[in-house]
Amino acid sequence: MHPMEQSSPRASTYLAEGAAHGEAASKTSADHAGNALSPGGPSPKMRARNLTVRYGPIVAVTDVSLDVPARQVLALIGPSGCGKSTFLRSLNRMNDTVPGAVVSGDVELDGQSICGTEIDPVLVRKRVGMVFQRASPFPTSIFENVAYTVRVAAHRGQRDVADRVEHALRQAELWNEVKDRLKESGTSLSGGQQQRLCIARALAVEPEVLLMDEPTSALDPIATAKIEELVSELRKGLTIVIVTHSMQQAARISHRTGFFNMGSLIEVGDTTTMFTRPREHQTEDYISGRFG
Amino acid sequence: MVADSGMVSVSAHGERSRSFRRRGPRALQGWTSGDALFRKVCTAFGLAIVALLALLLYELARGSSLSLSRFGFGFAFEKVWDPVAEKFGAATFIYGTMVTSVIALLVAVPLGVGIAIFLVEMAPPAVGNIIGFLVELLAAIPSIVYGLWGLFVLAPLVRDHVAPFLHATLGFLPFFSGESHGVGMLTAGLVLSIMVLPFIAAVSRDVLAAVPQPLREGSLALGATKWETIWGVVLPYGRTGIGGSVILALGRALGETMAVTMVIGNTPQIVLSLFEPGYTMSSVIANEYSEASGPLYLSSLTELGLLLFIATFAVNGTARALIWRMAHGPGGRA
Repeated sequence: MHPMEQSSPRASTYLAEGAAHGEAASKTSADHAGNALSPGGPSPKMRARNLTVRYGPIVAVTDVSLDVPARQVLALIGPSGCGKSTFLRSLNRMNDTVPGAVVSGDVELDGQSICGTEIDPVLVRKRVGMVFQRASPFPTSIFENVAYTVRVAAHRGQRDVADRVEHALRQAELWNEVKDRLKESGTSLSGGQQQRLCIARALAVEPEVLLMDEPTSALDPIATAKIEELVSELRKGLTIVIVTHSMQQAARISHRTGFFNMGSLIEVGDTTTMFTRPREHQTEDYISGRFG
Repeated sequence: MVADSGMVSVSAHGERSRSFRRRGPRALQGWTSGDALFRKVCTAFGLAIVALLALLLYELARGSSLSLSRFGFGFAFEKVWDPVAEKFGAATFIYGTMVTSVIALLVAVPLGVGIAIFLVEMAPPAVGNIIGFLVELLAAIPSIVYGLWGLFVLAPLVRDHVAPFLHATLGFLPFFSGESHGVGMLTAGLVLSIMVLPFIAAVSRDVLAAVPQPLREGSLALGATKWETIWGVVLPYGRTGIGGSVILALGRALGETMAVTMVIGNTPQIVLSLFEPGYTMSSVIANEYSEASGPLYLSSLTELGLLLFIATFAVNGTARALIWRMAHGPGGRA
């Protein structure tokens, strides 16, 4: 049984409460609980507690506590170098791959910590997938790009690899464009198609959470629109955290938005509320284009 | 004069303003620097390499013309090498060269690629730098030192431990039949493997380091293990360049002379057992050139040199082309 299926009715309850949440949060904004979902609400899919990330002497993320609600899109915005990507990378232990990165605090997935030394980051990443800013297809065919992750996700020699590849490519809304050229190199696709190939690759693992690190910042508006459509489709079954430089994008596709600045989480809340009545002065300045 | 200079900005210098009048504003023609000469000289230096190679090939071909006309293509397949009877064939030497080179690659390729993977993917930077430096140092050791080490350390080791072990475990294969006396094709191949190791390790390391980081992250972020990422993404991306490094090493192994001569036993024969002594093309040239009596003897040795030259040239050319393709070609995702 998929763990998310149990929580979905409660998730929809949360949606109904979403409008009221902005009010509730503002009352407790003095402490970090303000960044959490309202007490008594649904338990979040992921939860960061007092997360601090250092790269050597540089502190990239300072004491961030943030809840990621299940089956919603959480957008993280903020100026360049504000720590949002670093924060994102700590949600699936990708900071482990950076030499000199030190993470303190805790991150939970379905109430279970993913940060301990006894936790295998490989298993975390199978449940929390990631798509990067620059699409990086493997130097193999379109089919093999996805088949690789099907094999990673399960076991070699599986007979339904082709079916799973097709399913993932359909999910990423790429199938119709590539079904006749599956043997061609993944790098022969256009930029937007490459990014959707990378999304298909990530979906083939069947993750519960998908982290997207500025997935459209290297794409033209049409390719961007396709990815955004795709995200809106995927959020029905998947928890998505997306880092974006585009506030319009955050407004278009996310339920909740978090604003980072200088390594700290300044404010998080319902997207509509964030863009119309931000609590913090800094957020307002950033959203209205006064800095960043 | 003064009236003329009114139309140009530098009016004070009479000489210059006169030249302006002749050539328009400021000189654009003529020898303003030595660049043209410098260019010609450097071009000549560059072309000298081509000329040198052409000359070398010509001299080798000229020197071996007697042998070429006497033995023709049969030279490469004839096993007899009898200076007294003036019968010369290269087959035993070609065999020895090939066998030792193959042994060298069989040992050095997994080791070298493994070292490269360790240096690029696993070692902390400080450790990686030190080990990388040590590996490159292997290439700087004179081959006579390898020869001495091979003769006094490796050969007894092969005779007393390696060969008996191989014979006991894989003795059913013809390659490991009989007894080893230390010197032989196996020992020569093992010495060669250490000598070509730095080429494989260093070039493979550079190739792996050139694999874009997003590819690794993309794979790791999917929940792939380090092993899956290296085996499924990093090595396939770098396979062309690694192939180039292997062929580069092959070229080196084919031509290596001194160390091999010291440990191979210098016996022209074609036998399957690797414990037996053999002879390589470069070794026979080194051993017999100074005492070659008679023009045909000398010409046959020169033809061996010609064959070696062509083989290593082709091998190195292939290697360079592969490495180049890795960096720039259609597969080169730079």
